[in-house]
Amino acid sequence: MIELANLSYQAGETPILQDVSVAVPRGGITALIGANGAGKSTLLHCMAGLNRPATGAVAIDGADPFAMADRARARLVALLQQSPSIVARLSVADLVGFGRWPHHGGREAAEDRAIVAEALAAFELGGLAGRSLETLSGGQRQRALVAMVWAQSAPWLLLDEPLNALDPRHAHDLMARLHGLSRPEPEGAVGRSVVLVVHDINAAARWADHVVALRDGRVHAAGPCDEVLTPDCLHEVFGLRFDVIRHEGRPVVIPG
Amino acid sequence: MAERGVPADLATRSLLPRALATRRCLWLALALGLASAGFLLWQLQGPVGIILGLRLSKLAALVVVGSAAGAATLIFQTVIGNQLLTPNLMGLDALYVFLQTGLVFVLGGVGYAAIGPGWSFVMNAGVLLGVVLGIFRVFLRGGVRDVTRVVLSGVVLGLLLRGMTELMGRLIDPSEFSIVQQAVVASFGRVDRAELMVAAVALILALGLAWRMAPALDVAGLGRPVARGLGLDHDRLVQRALMLVVVLVAVATALVGPLMFLGLLASSLTRFLVPTHRHALLIPAAAMTGALILVAGQFVFERLMGQQSALEVVVEFFGGLVFLALVLRRRRA
Repeated sequence: MIELANLSYQAGETPILQDVSVAVPRGGITALIGANGAGKSTLLHCMAGLNRPATGAVAIDGADPFAMADRARARLVALLQQSPSIVARLSVADLVGFGRWPHHGGREAAEDRAIVAEALAAFELGGLAGRSLETLSGGQRQRALVAMVWAQSAPWLLLDEPLNALDPRHAHDLMARLHGLSRPEPEGAVGRSVVLVVHDINAAARWADHVVALRDGRVHAAGPCDEVLTPDCLHEVFGLRFDVIRHEGRPVVIPG
Repeated sequence: MAERGVPADLATRSLLPRALATRRCLWLALALGLASAGFLLWQLQGPVGIILGLRLSKLAALVVVGSAAGAATLIFQTVIGNQLLTPNLMGLDALYVFLQTGLVFVLGGVGYAAIGPGWSFVMNAGVLLGVVLGIFRVFLRGGVRDVTRVVLSGVVLGLLLRGMTELMGRLIDPSEFSIVQQAVVASFGRVDRAELMVAAVALILALGLAWRMAPALDVAGLGRPVARGLGLDHDRLVQRALMLVVVLVAVATALVGPLMFLGLLASSLTRFLVPTHRHALLIPAAAMTGALILVAGQFVFERLMGQQSALEVVVEFFGGLVFLALVLRRRRA
Protein backbone atom coordinates (compact mmCIF):
# COMPACT_ATOMS: atom_id res chain seq x y z
CA MET A 1 0.00 0.00 0.00
CA ILE A 2 1.13 3.57 -0.66
CA GLU A 3 0.05 5.78 2.20
CA LEU A 4 0.21 9.55 2.14
CA ALA A 5 -0.49 11.24 5.47
CA ASN A 6 -1.20 14.99 5.78
CA LEU A 7 1.09 15.64 2.85
CA SER A 8 1.75 19.18 1.63
CA TYR A 9 4.05 20.19 -1.19
CA GLN A 10 4.95 23.59 -2.52
CA ALA A 11 6.96 24.79 -5.49
CA GLY A 12 8.78 27.82 -4.16
CA GLU A 13 6.09 29.83 -2.40
CA THR A 14 3.20 28.29 -4.35
CA PRO A 15 1.32 25.50 -2.58
CA ILE A 16 0.65 22.61 -4.98
CA LEU A 17 -0.66 19.94 -2.60
CA GLN A 18 -2.34 20.66 0.73
CA ASP A 19 -3.00 18.21 3.53
CA VAL A 20 -3.34 15.19 1.24
CA SER A 21 -4.12 11.94 3.01
CA VAL A 22 -4.88 8.94 0.86
CA ALA A 23 -4.15 5.21 0.80
CA VAL A 24 -3.58 3.46 -2.53
CA PRO A 25 -4.23 -0.28 -2.16
CA ARG A 26 -1.79 -2.94 -3.36
CA GLY A 27 -2.82 -4.60 -6.62
CA GLY A 28 -5.27 -3.26 -9.17
CA ILE A 29 -5.35 0.04 -11.03
CA THR A 30 -5.79 3.38 -9.31
CA ALA A 31 -6.51 6.42 -11.48
CA LEU A 32 -5.68 9.98 -10.47
CA ILE A 33 -8.07 12.43 -12.08
CA GLY A 34 -8.52 16.17 -11.80
CA ALA A 35 -8.45 19.40 -13.76
CA ASN A 36 -5.19 20.86 -15.12
CA GLY A 37 -3.04 22.14 -12.28
CA ALA A 38 -4.89 20.09 -9.64
CA GLY A 39 -1.58 18.52 -8.54
CA LYS A 40 -1.85 15.04 -10.08
CA SER A 41 1.71 14.80 -11.46
CA THR A 42 3.14 16.33 -8.29
CA LEU A 43 1.26 13.78 -6.20
CA LEU A 44 2.59 10.97 -8.40
CA HIS A 45 6.16 12.25 -7.94
CA CYS A 46 5.62 12.39 -4.15
CA MET A 47 4.37 8.80 -4.23
CA ALA A 48 7.49 7.81 -6.21
CA GLY A 49 9.74 9.35 -3.57
CA LEU A 50 11.05 12.00 -5.99
CA ASN A 51 9.26 15.10 -4.66
CA ARG A 52 10.00 15.54 -0.98
CA PRO A 53 6.91 17.02 0.71
CA ALA A 54 7.14 20.12 2.89
CA THR A 55 5.10 18.36 5.56
CA GLY A 56 3.53 14.94 5.96
CA ALA A 57 4.76 11.45 5.23
CA VAL A 58 4.89 8.92 2.39
CA ALA A 59 5.10 5.18 2.96
CA ILE A 60 5.41 2.59 0.21
CA ASP A 61 4.61 -0.87 1.55
CA GLY A 62 5.52 0.51 4.96
CA ALA A 63 8.90 1.94 3.87
CA ASP A 64 9.88 5.60 3.64
CA PRO A 65 11.01 6.13 0.01
CA PHE A 66 13.07 9.18 0.99
CA ALA A 67 15.12 7.05 3.38
CA MET A 68 15.83 4.35 0.79
CA ALA A 69 18.88 4.03 -1.46
CA ASP A 70 18.04 5.48 -4.88
CA ARG A 71 18.34 2.27 -6.85
CA ALA A 72 16.46 0.25 -4.22
CA ARG A 73 13.64 2.81 -4.49
CA ALA A 74 13.66 2.48 -8.30
CA ARG A 75 13.34 -1.31 -7.95
CA LEU A 76 10.22 -0.77 -5.82
CA VAL A 77 8.60 2.07 -7.81
CA ALA A 78 8.86 2.67 -11.56
CA LEU A 79 7.76 6.09 -12.75
CA LEU A 80 6.80 7.07 -16.29
CA GLN A 81 7.47 10.79 -16.67
CA GLN A 82 5.26 13.02 -18.75
CA SER A 83 6.92 13.69 -22.16
CA PRO A 84 10.54 13.73 -20.97
CA SER A 85 13.10 15.42 -23.20
CA ILE A 86 15.94 13.01 -24.01
CA VAL A 87 18.90 14.48 -25.90
CA ALA A 88 21.11 11.37 -25.95
CA ARG A 89 21.17 9.51 -29.28
CA LEU A 90 19.64 6.15 -28.45
CA SER A 91 17.99 3.22 -30.14
CA VAL A 92 14.65 2.00 -28.82
CA ALA A 93 16.38 -1.12 -27.42
CA ASP A 94 18.96 1.07 -25.64
CA LEU A 95 16.20 3.14 -24.04
CA VAL A 96 14.22 0.12 -22.88
CA GLY A 97 17.49 -1.40 -21.63
CA PHE A 98 17.87 1.50 -19.20
CA GLY A 99 14.84 0.11 -17.37
CA ARG A 100 17.15 -2.58 -16.01
CA TRP A 101 19.69 -0.07 -14.63
CA PRO A 102 18.26 -0.09 -11.07
CA HIS A 103 18.93 -3.85 -11.07
CA HIS A 104 22.39 -4.11 -12.67
CA GLY A 105 23.86 -0.63 -12.17
CA GLY A 106 25.71 -0.82 -15.49
CA ARG A 107 26.67 -4.49 -15.66
CA GLU A 108 23.82 -6.10 -17.53
CA ALA A 109 23.35 -9.87 -17.45
CA ALA A 110 21.59 -12.30 -19.79
CA GLU A 111 18.49 -12.09 -17.59
CA ASP A 112 18.34 -8.32 -18.09
CA ARG A 113 18.58 -8.71 -21.86
CA ALA A 114 15.80 -11.32 -21.79
CA ILE A 115 13.50 -8.96 -19.86
CA VAL A 116 14.28 -6.10 -22.25
CA ALA A 117 13.51 -8.32 -25.25
CA GLU A 118 10.26 -9.34 -23.57
CA ALA A 119 9.31 -5.70 -22.97
CA LEU A 120 10.10 -4.78 -26.58
CA ALA A 121 7.94 -7.61 -27.84
CA ALA A 122 5.14 -6.84 -25.36
CA PHE A 123 4.78 -3.32 -26.72
CA GLU A 124 5.19 -4.26 -30.40
CA LEU A 125 8.56 -2.55 -30.58
CA GLY A 126 10.49 -5.51 -32.02
CA GLY A 127 10.59 -3.98 -35.50
CA LEU A 128 11.72 -0.64 -34.07
CA ALA A 129 14.34 -1.98 -31.64
CA GLY A 130 17.31 -0.68 -33.66
CA ARG A 131 15.65 2.63 -34.67
CA SER A 132 16.84 5.95 -33.27
CA LEU A 133 14.42 7.59 -30.83
CA GLU A 134 14.66 10.77 -32.92
CA THR A 135 12.93 9.04 -35.83
CA LEU A 136 9.89 7.77 -33.87
CA SER A 137 6.40 9.22 -33.87
CA GLY A 138 4.98 10.53 -30.60
CA GLY A 139 2.99 7.34 -30.02
CA GLN A 140 5.93 5.03 -30.79
CA ARG A 141 8.13 7.03 -28.45
CA GLN A 142 5.50 6.85 -25.71
CA ARG A 143 5.33 3.05 -26.10
CA ALA A 144 9.13 2.87 -25.87
CA LEU A 145 9.06 4.89 -22.64
CA VAL A 146 6.31 2.69 -21.17
CA ALA A 147 8.34 -0.40 -22.17
CA MET A 148 11.36 1.04 -20.33
CA VAL A 149 9.31 1.52 -17.17
CA TRP A 150 7.85 -1.95 -17.65
CA ALA A 151 11.35 -3.44 -17.86
CA GLN A 152 12.07 -1.98 -14.43
CA SER A 153 10.03 -4.94 -13.05
CA ALA A 154 8.94 -2.87 -10.05
CA PRO A 155 5.89 -3.98 -8.04
CA TRP A 156 4.56 -0.40 -8.24
CA LEU A 157 4.05 1.23 -11.65
CA LEU A 158 3.36 4.96 -11.51
CA LEU A 159 2.44 6.32 -14.92
CA ASP A 160 1.97 10.01 -15.70
CA GLU A 161 -0.41 10.25 -18.65
CA PRO A 162 0.63 6.96 -20.28
CA LEU A 163 -2.04 7.31 -22.98
CA ASN A 164 -0.48 10.50 -24.35
CA ALA A 165 -0.11 10.32 -28.14
CA LEU A 166 -1.36 6.72 -28.31
CA ASP A 167 -3.93 5.82 -30.96
CA PRO A 168 -7.15 4.13 -29.72
CA ARG A 169 -5.89 0.59 -30.37
CA HIS A 170 -2.53 1.07 -28.64
CA ALA A 171 -4.25 2.94 -25.77
CA HIS A 172 -6.70 0.04 -25.37
CA ASP A 173 -3.92 -2.55 -25.61
CA LEU A 174 -1.82 -0.74 -23.02
CA MET A 175 -4.69 -0.46 -20.56
CA ALA A 176 -5.65 -4.10 -21.12
CA ARG A 177 -2.05 -5.12 -20.47
CA LEU A 178 -1.84 -3.02 -17.31
CA HIS A 179 -5.16 -4.47 -16.19
CA GLY A 180 -3.94 -8.03 -16.72
CA LEU A 181 -0.69 -7.28 -14.93
CA SER A 182 -2.49 -5.84 -11.92
CA ARG A 183 -4.74 -8.86 -11.37
CA PRO A 184 -3.84 -11.47 -8.72
CA GLU A 185 -1.52 -14.14 -10.08
CA PRO A 186 -2.66 -17.81 -10.34
CA GLU A 187 -0.56 -18.78 -7.31
CA GLY A 188 -2.49 -16.22 -5.27
CA ALA A 189 0.28 -13.58 -5.27
CA VAL A 190 -0.83 -9.96 -5.58
CA GLY A 191 -0.37 -8.55 -9.07
CA ARG A 192 1.57 -5.38 -9.81
CA SER A 193 0.03 -2.15 -8.55
CA VAL A 194 -0.64 0.53 -11.13
CA VAL A 195 -1.27 4.19 -10.37
CA LEU A 196 -1.88 6.40 -13.36
CA VAL A 197 -2.74 9.96 -14.18
CA VAL A 198 -5.37 10.09 -16.95
CA HIS A 199 -7.33 12.84 -18.60
CA ASP A 200 -9.54 10.35 -20.43
CA ILE A 201 -12.21 9.80 -17.75
CA ASN A 202 -13.66 6.89 -19.71
CA ALA A 203 -10.31 5.10 -19.64
CA ALA A 204 -10.43 5.45 -15.85
CA ALA A 205 -14.09 4.35 -15.83
CA ARG A 206 -13.34 1.33 -18.01
CA TRP A 207 -10.17 0.04 -16.35
CA ALA A 208 -9.58 1.52 -12.89
CA ASP A 209 -10.46 -0.26 -9.66
CA HIS A 210 -10.02 2.89 -7.60
CA VAL A 211 -10.14 6.56 -8.42
CA VAL A 212 -8.61 9.50 -6.56
CA ALA A 213 -10.08 12.84 -7.65
CA LEU A 214 -7.99 15.93 -6.92
CA ARG A 215 -9.23 19.47 -6.81
CA ASP A 216 -7.00 22.50 -6.11
CA GLY A 217 -4.26 20.39 -4.54
CA ARG A 218 -6.57 18.48 -2.20
CA VAL A 219 -8.18 15.06 -2.38
CA HIS A 220 -11.80 15.73 -3.26
CA ALA A 221 -12.91 12.10 -3.38
CA ALA A 222 -11.25 8.70 -3.28
CA GLY A 223 -12.63 5.22 -3.44
CA PRO A 224 -13.98 2.55 -5.77
CA CYS A 225 -14.64 3.68 -9.32
CA ASP A 226 -18.43 3.65 -9.02
CA GLU A 227 -18.38 5.83 -5.90
CA VAL A 228 -16.15 8.55 -7.32
CA LEU A 229 -17.29 8.76 -10.94
CA THR A 230 -20.69 10.23 -10.19
CA PRO A 231 -22.19 13.27 -11.99
CA ASP A 232 -22.00 15.43 -8.85
CA CYS A 233 -18.41 14.53 -8.01
CA LEU A 234 -17.23 15.04 -11.61
CA HIS A 235 -19.01 18.39 -11.75
CA GLU A 236 -17.29 19.52 -8.56
CA VAL A 237 -13.89 18.37 -9.78
CA PHE A 238 -14.00 19.62 -13.37
CA GLY A 239 -16.66 22.36 -13.24
CA LEU A 240 -18.53 20.67 -16.08
CA ARG A 241 -21.76 18.65 -16.15
CA PHE A 242 -21.40 14.95 -16.97
CA ASP A 243 -23.92 12.19 -17.51
CA VAL A 244 -22.88 8.79 -16.22
CA ILE A 245 -24.49 5.75 -17.82
CA ARG A 246 -23.60 2.10 -17.45
CA HIS A 247 -22.33 -0.21 -20.16
CA GLU A 248 -21.43 -3.85 -19.51
CA GLY A 249 -21.39 -3.18 -15.79
CA ARG A 250 -18.93 -0.24 -15.99
CA PRO A 251 -19.67 3.48 -15.86
CA VAL A 252 -19.42 5.50 -19.07
CA VAL A 253 -19.02 9.25 -18.71
CA ILE A 254 -20.56 11.63 -21.23
CA PRO A 255 -19.69 15.31 -20.95
CA GLY A 256 -22.40 17.81 -21.56
CA MET B 1 -0.25 -5.96 -28.10
CA ALA B 2 2.49 -8.55 -27.74
CA GLU B 3 4.51 -9.80 -30.71
CA ARG B 4 5.22 -13.47 -31.21
CA GLY B 5 8.71 -15.02 -31.40
CA VAL B 6 11.18 -12.71 -29.69
CA PRO B 7 14.52 -12.62 -31.60
CA ALA B 8 17.48 -13.36 -29.33
CA ASP B 9 19.36 -10.16 -30.25
CA LEU B 10 16.41 -7.79 -29.80
CA ALA B 11 17.73 -6.21 -26.62
CA THR B 12 21.17 -5.45 -28.07
CA ARG B 13 20.11 -3.50 -31.18
CA SER B 14 21.97 -0.24 -30.60
CA LEU B 15 22.52 2.54 -33.14
CA LEU B 16 26.14 1.41 -33.15
CA PRO B 17 26.66 -2.10 -31.73
CA ARG B 18 29.11 -2.25 -28.84
CA ALA B 19 31.63 -4.39 -30.77
CA LEU B 20 31.66 -1.92 -33.68
CA ALA B 21 32.00 1.05 -31.31
CA THR B 22 34.94 -0.68 -29.61
CA ARG B 23 36.54 -1.32 -33.01
CA ARG B 24 36.20 2.37 -33.92
CA CYS B 25 37.90 3.30 -30.64
CA LEU B 26 40.75 0.97 -31.59
CA TRP B 27 41.01 2.67 -35.00
CA LEU B 28 41.24 6.01 -33.21
CA ALA B 29 44.01 4.63 -30.98
CA LEU B 30 45.84 3.36 -34.05
CA ALA B 31 45.51 6.72 -35.82
CA LEU B 32 46.81 8.51 -32.71
CA GLY B 33 49.74 6.07 -32.54
CA LEU B 34 50.61 6.67 -36.20
CA ALA B 35 50.32 10.45 -35.88
CA SER B 36 52.51 10.36 -32.76
CA ALA B 37 55.13 8.20 -34.52
CA GLY B 38 55.09 10.57 -37.50
CA PHE B 39 55.46 13.60 -35.22
CA LEU B 40 58.39 12.03 -33.37
CA LEU B 41 60.31 10.39 -36.19
CA TRP B 42 59.63 12.41 -39.38
CA GLN B 43 62.84 14.02 -40.69
CA LEU B 44 64.73 13.14 -37.52
CA GLN B 45 68.24 14.43 -38.17
CA GLY B 46 71.18 15.83 -36.19
CA PRO B 47 71.55 15.13 -32.44
CA VAL B 48 68.80 12.49 -32.30
CA GLY B 49 68.70 12.19 -28.49
CA ILE B 50 68.19 15.91 -27.87
CA ILE B 51 65.68 16.41 -30.69
CA LEU B 52 63.73 13.31 -29.72
CA GLY B 53 63.58 14.53 -26.11
CA LEU B 54 62.21 17.92 -27.20
CA ARG B 55 59.72 16.33 -29.57
CA LEU B 56 58.63 13.88 -26.86
CA SER B 57 57.89 16.75 -24.43
CA LYS B 58 55.87 18.55 -27.05
CA LEU B 59 54.03 15.36 -28.02
CA ALA B 60 53.17 14.70 -24.36
CA ALA B 61 51.84 18.27 -24.03
CA LEU B 62 49.71 17.85 -27.15
CA VAL B 63 48.30 14.54 -25.90
CA VAL B 64 47.61 15.82 -22.37
CA VAL B 65 45.89 19.01 -23.54
CA GLY B 66 43.93 17.33 -26.36
CA SER B 67 42.77 14.47 -24.12
CA ALA B 68 41.78 16.79 -21.29
CA ALA B 69 39.82 19.13 -23.58
CA GLY B 70 38.04 16.29 -25.46
CA ALA B 71 37.04 14.28 -22.38
CA ALA B 72 36.09 17.36 -20.33
CA THR B 73 33.80 18.73 -23.04
CA LEU B 74 32.09 15.40 -23.65
CA ILE B 75 31.37 14.86 -19.93
CA PHE B 76 30.26 18.49 -19.55
CA GLN B 77 27.80 18.18 -22.44
CA THR B 78 26.31 15.00 -20.96
CA VAL B 79 25.64 16.46 -17.52
CA ILE B 80 24.44 19.80 -18.91
CA GLY B 81 22.25 18.02 -21.47
CA ASN B 82 23.41 20.25 -24.31
CA GLN B 83 25.83 19.23 -27.05
CA LEU B 84 26.51 22.82 -28.13
CA LEU B 85 28.20 23.96 -24.95
CA THR B 86 31.82 23.73 -23.91
CA PRO B 87 33.20 24.16 -20.38
CA ASN B 88 35.40 26.98 -21.69
CA LEU B 89 32.24 29.07 -21.89
CA MET B 90 32.31 29.16 -18.08
CA GLY B 91 34.89 31.90 -18.17
CA LEU B 92 38.05 29.88 -17.56
CA ASP B 93 39.78 31.29 -20.64
CA ALA B 94 38.88 34.85 -19.71
CA LEU B 95 40.08 34.23 -16.16
CA TYR B 96 43.41 32.88 -17.44
CA VAL B 97 43.94 35.93 -19.68
CA PHE B 98 42.88 38.24 -16.83
CA LEU B 99 45.38 36.56 -14.49
CA GLN B 100 48.32 36.94 -16.88
CA THR B 101 47.42 40.54 -17.68
CA GLY B 102 46.93 41.34 -14.00
CA LEU B 103 50.30 39.85 -13.08
CA VAL B 104 52.11 41.86 -15.74
CA PHE B 105 50.16 44.96 -14.68
CA VAL B 106 51.09 44.53 -11.00
CA LEU B 107 54.57 42.98 -11.18
CA GLY B 108 55.76 44.41 -14.48
CA GLY B 109 57.33 42.35 -17.28
CA VAL B 110 60.48 41.51 -15.32
CA GLY B 111 58.55 40.50 -12.20
CA TYR B 112 56.19 38.34 -14.31
CA ALA B 113 59.13 36.55 -15.95
CA ALA B 114 60.69 35.96 -12.51
CA ILE B 115 57.74 33.86 -11.31
CA GLY B 116 59.11 30.86 -13.20
CA PRO B 117 57.15 28.25 -15.13
CA GLY B 118 56.51 25.78 -12.24
CA TRP B 119 55.04 28.37 -9.87
CA SER B 120 53.14 30.01 -12.69
CA PHE B 121 51.45 26.69 -13.53
CA VAL B 122 50.58 25.92 -9.90
CA MET B 123 49.20 29.42 -9.40
CA ASN B 124 47.19 29.45 -12.64
CA ALA B 125 45.72 25.99 -12.06
CA GLY B 126 45.01 26.83 -8.41
CA VAL B 127 43.22 30.11 -9.16
CA LEU B 128 41.20 28.61 -12.04
CA LEU B 129 40.12 25.69 -9.85
CA GLY B 130 39.41 27.92 -6.86
CA VAL B 131 37.22 30.38 -8.75
CA VAL B 132 35.10 27.74 -10.51
CA LEU B 133 34.72 25.67 -7.35
CA GLY B 134 33.63 28.91 -5.65
CA ILE B 135 30.96 29.40 -8.33
CA PHE B 136 29.77 25.82 -7.78
CA ARG B 137 29.66 26.38 -4.03
CA VAL B 138 27.45 29.40 -4.43
CA PHE B 139 25.14 28.14 -7.16
CA LEU B 140 24.98 24.39 -6.53
CA ARG B 141 24.25 24.64 -2.82
CA GLY B 142 20.58 23.86 -3.24
CA GLY B 143 21.18 20.95 -5.61
CA VAL B 144 21.71 20.87 -9.35
CA ARG B 145 18.20 21.95 -10.32
CA ASP B 146 19.41 24.36 -12.92
CA VAL B 147 22.95 23.84 -14.12
CA THR B 148 22.29 26.50 -16.76
CA ARG B 149 22.51 29.07 -13.97
CA VAL B 150 26.07 27.93 -13.23
CA VAL B 151 27.03 28.15 -16.90
CA LEU B 152 25.45 31.58 -17.30
CA SER B 153 27.19 32.89 -14.20
CA GLY B 154 30.47 31.67 -15.77
CA VAL B 155 29.64 33.45 -19.03
CA VAL B 156 28.86 36.69 -17.18
CA LEU B 157 32.04 36.34 -15.14
CA GLY B 158 33.96 35.88 -18.41
CA LEU B 159 32.48 39.08 -19.85
CA LEU B 160 33.32 41.01 -16.70
CA LEU B 161 36.89 39.72 -16.70
CA ARG B 162 37.34 40.51 -20.39
CA GLY B 163 36.29 44.09 -19.72
CA MET B 164 38.74 44.41 -16.84
CA THR B 165 41.50 42.78 -18.90
CA GLU B 166 40.94 45.28 -21.67
CA LEU B 167 41.15 48.16 -19.21
CA MET B 168 44.44 46.87 -17.77
CA GLY B 169 45.74 46.29 -21.30
CA ARG B 170 45.25 50.00 -22.05
CA LEU B 171 47.09 51.00 -18.89
CA ILE B 172 50.09 48.69 -19.37
CA ASP B 173 53.29 49.94 -20.94
CA PRO B 174 53.24 48.98 -24.68
CA SER B 175 56.50 46.99 -24.41
CA GLU B 176 55.06 44.98 -21.53
CA PHE B 177 51.78 44.49 -23.35
CA SER B 178 53.65 42.34 -25.87
CA ILE B 179 54.56 40.00 -22.98
CA VAL B 180 50.85 39.70 -22.16
CA GLN B 181 50.03 38.96 -25.78
CA GLN B 182 52.64 36.21 -25.89
CA ALA B 183 51.40 34.69 -22.62
CA VAL B 184 47.71 34.54 -23.50
CA VAL B 185 47.99 32.73 -26.83
CA ALA B 186 47.99 28.94 -26.47
CA SER B 187 51.44 27.57 -27.18
CA PHE B 188 52.87 24.07 -27.01
CA GLY B 189 56.42 25.27 -27.55
CA ARG B 190 57.10 26.53 -24.03
CA VAL B 191 55.85 23.67 -21.83
CA ASP B 192 57.90 22.91 -18.73
CA ARG B 193 58.55 19.20 -18.07
CA ALA B 194 57.71 19.34 -14.36
CA GLU B 195 54.39 21.05 -15.18
CA LEU B 196 53.76 18.40 -17.78
CA MET B 197 54.26 15.63 -15.23
CA VAL B 198 51.79 17.23 -12.81
CA ALA B 199 49.28 17.76 -15.62
CA ALA B 200 49.69 14.18 -16.87
CA VAL B 201 49.10 12.73 -13.39
CA ALA B 202 46.01 14.95 -12.92
CA LEU B 203 44.73 13.89 -16.36
CA ILE B 204 45.18 10.18 -15.67
CA LEU B 205 43.47 10.41 -12.28
CA ALA B 206 40.58 12.49 -13.65
CA LEU B 207 40.08 10.20 -16.66
CA GLY B 208 40.16 7.13 -14.40
CA LEU B 209 37.50 8.61 -12.13
CA ALA B 210 35.42 9.68 -15.12
CA TRP B 211 35.63 6.19 -16.60
CA ARG B 212 34.37 4.72 -13.32
CA MET B 213 31.41 7.11 -13.55
CA ALA B 214 30.67 6.00 -17.13
CA PRO B 215 27.57 3.81 -16.44
CA ALA B 216 26.03 6.58 -14.33
CA LEU B 217 26.83 9.15 -17.04
CA ASP B 218 24.96 6.93 -19.53
CA VAL B 219 21.86 7.26 -17.34
CA ALA B 220 22.47 10.99 -16.79
CA GLY B 221 22.28 11.36 -20.60
CA LEU B 222 18.54 10.64 -20.31
CA GLY B 223 18.07 13.93 -18.46
CA ARG B 224 17.46 14.62 -14.78
CA PRO B 225 13.79 13.56 -14.49
CA VAL B 226 14.20 10.13 -16.13
CA ALA B 227 17.59 9.50 -14.51
CA ARG B 228 16.17 10.16 -11.04
CA GLY B 229 13.25 7.84 -11.78
CA LEU B 230 15.76 5.11 -12.60
CA GLY B 231 17.45 5.55 -9.23
CA LEU B 232 20.39 7.79 -10.13
CA ASP B 233 21.44 10.43 -7.60
CA HIS B 234 21.65 12.91 -10.46
CA ASP B 235 22.58 15.99 -8.43
CA ARG B 236 25.53 14.24 -6.79
CA LEU B 237 26.73 12.84 -10.11
CA VAL B 238 26.57 16.27 -11.77
CA GLN B 239 28.55 17.87 -8.95
CA ARG B 240 31.26 15.20 -9.15
CA ALA B 241 31.38 15.28 -12.95
CA LEU B 242 31.67 19.08 -13.00
CA MET B 243 34.58 18.89 -10.53
CA LEU B 244 36.39 16.54 -12.90
CA VAL B 245 35.62 18.79 -15.86
CA VAL B 246 37.04 21.80 -14.05
CA VAL B 247 40.22 19.91 -13.09
CA LEU B 248 40.73 18.79 -16.70
CA VAL B 249 40.11 22.23 -18.24
CA ALA B 250 42.10 24.11 -15.58
CA VAL B 251 45.12 21.83 -16.02
CA ALA B 252 45.04 22.09 -19.82
CA THR B 253 44.59 25.88 -19.76
CA ALA B 254 47.31 26.42 -17.15
CA LEU B 255 49.68 24.25 -19.19
CA VAL B 256 49.46 25.87 -22.64
CA GLY B 257 46.95 28.70 -22.47
CA PRO B 258 43.35 29.01 -23.62
CA LEU B 259 41.92 26.88 -26.44
CA MET B 260 38.25 27.79 -26.65
CA PHE B 261 36.91 25.42 -29.30
CA LEU B 262 39.27 22.41 -29.20
CA GLY B 263 36.98 20.49 -26.82
CA LEU B 264 33.89 21.22 -28.89
CA LEU B 265 35.66 20.08 -32.05
CA ALA B 266 36.84 16.87 -30.34
CA SER B 267 33.49 15.97 -28.76
CA SER B 268 31.54 16.67 -31.97
CA LEU B 269 33.91 14.52 -33.99
CA THR B 270 33.70 11.78 -31.36
CA ARG B 271 29.91 11.70 -31.42
CA PHE B 272 30.08 11.53 -35.23
CA LEU B 273 32.73 8.77 -35.35
CA VAL B 274 31.49 6.72 -32.38
CA PRO B 275 27.72 7.36 -32.20
CA THR B 276 27.01 5.47 -28.99
CA HIS B 277 25.54 6.50 -25.64
CA ARG B 278 28.09 4.40 -23.70
CA HIS B 279 30.49 6.70 -21.88
CA ALA B 280 32.89 3.82 -21.17
CA LEU B 281 33.68 4.13 -24.91
CA LEU B 282 32.86 7.81 -25.46
CA ILE B 283 35.24 9.18 -22.80
CA PRO B 284 38.39 7.44 -24.10
CA ALA B 285 37.26 8.13 -27.68
CA ALA B 286 36.88 11.87 -26.96
CA ALA B 287 40.27 11.94 -25.21
CA MET B 288 41.92 10.21 -28.19
CA THR B 289 40.12 12.43 -30.72
CA GLY B 290 41.26 15.58 -28.91
CA ALA B 291 44.83 14.30 -28.81
CA LEU B 292 44.65 13.18 -32.45
CA ILE B 293 43.48 16.61 -33.63
CA LEU B 294 46.45 18.30 -31.96
CA VAL B 295 49.12 15.69 -32.80
CA ALA B 296 48.05 15.20 -36.42
CA GLY B 297 47.57 18.96 -36.85
CA GLN B 298 50.95 19.75 -35.36
CA PHE B 299 52.57 17.06 -37.51
CA VAL B 300 51.09 18.57 -40.67
CA PHE B 301 51.87 22.18 -39.78
CA GLU B 302 55.27 21.72 -38.15
CA ARG B 303 56.77 18.81 -40.08
CA LEU B 304 55.14 19.01 -43.50
CA MET B 305 54.53 22.77 -43.84
CA GLY B 306 57.30 24.12 -41.65
CA GLN B 307 54.92 26.36 -39.64
CA GLN B 308 55.58 26.69 -35.91
CA SER B 309 52.50 28.27 -34.42
CA ALA B 310 49.64 27.95 -36.90
CA LEU B 311 47.91 24.98 -35.21
CA GLU B 312 46.24 26.87 -32.35
CA VAL B 313 44.75 29.34 -34.82
CA VAL B 314 43.52 26.61 -37.17
CA VAL B 315 42.00 24.55 -34.30
CA GLU B 316 40.12 27.60 -33.08
CA PHE B 317 38.99 28.41 -36.63
CA PHE B 318 37.65 24.91 -37.35
CA GLY B 319 36.23 24.61 -33.82
CA GLY B 320 34.31 27.84 -34.36
CA LEU B 321 33.02 26.56 -37.72
CA VAL B 322 31.86 23.30 -36.09
CA PHE B 323 30.06 25.33 -33.42
CA LEU B 324 28.24 27.36 -36.06
CA ALA B 325 27.40 24.22 -38.05
CA LEU B 326 25.93 22.58 -34.93
CA VAL B 327 23.82 25.66 -34.18
CA LEU B 328 22.53 25.82 -37.76
CA ARG B 329 21.80 22.06 -37.84
CA ARG B 330 19.83 22.35 -34.60
CA ARG B 331 17.84 25.29 -35.99
CA ARG B 332 16.93 23.25 -39.06
CA ALA B 333 15.95 20.28 -36.87
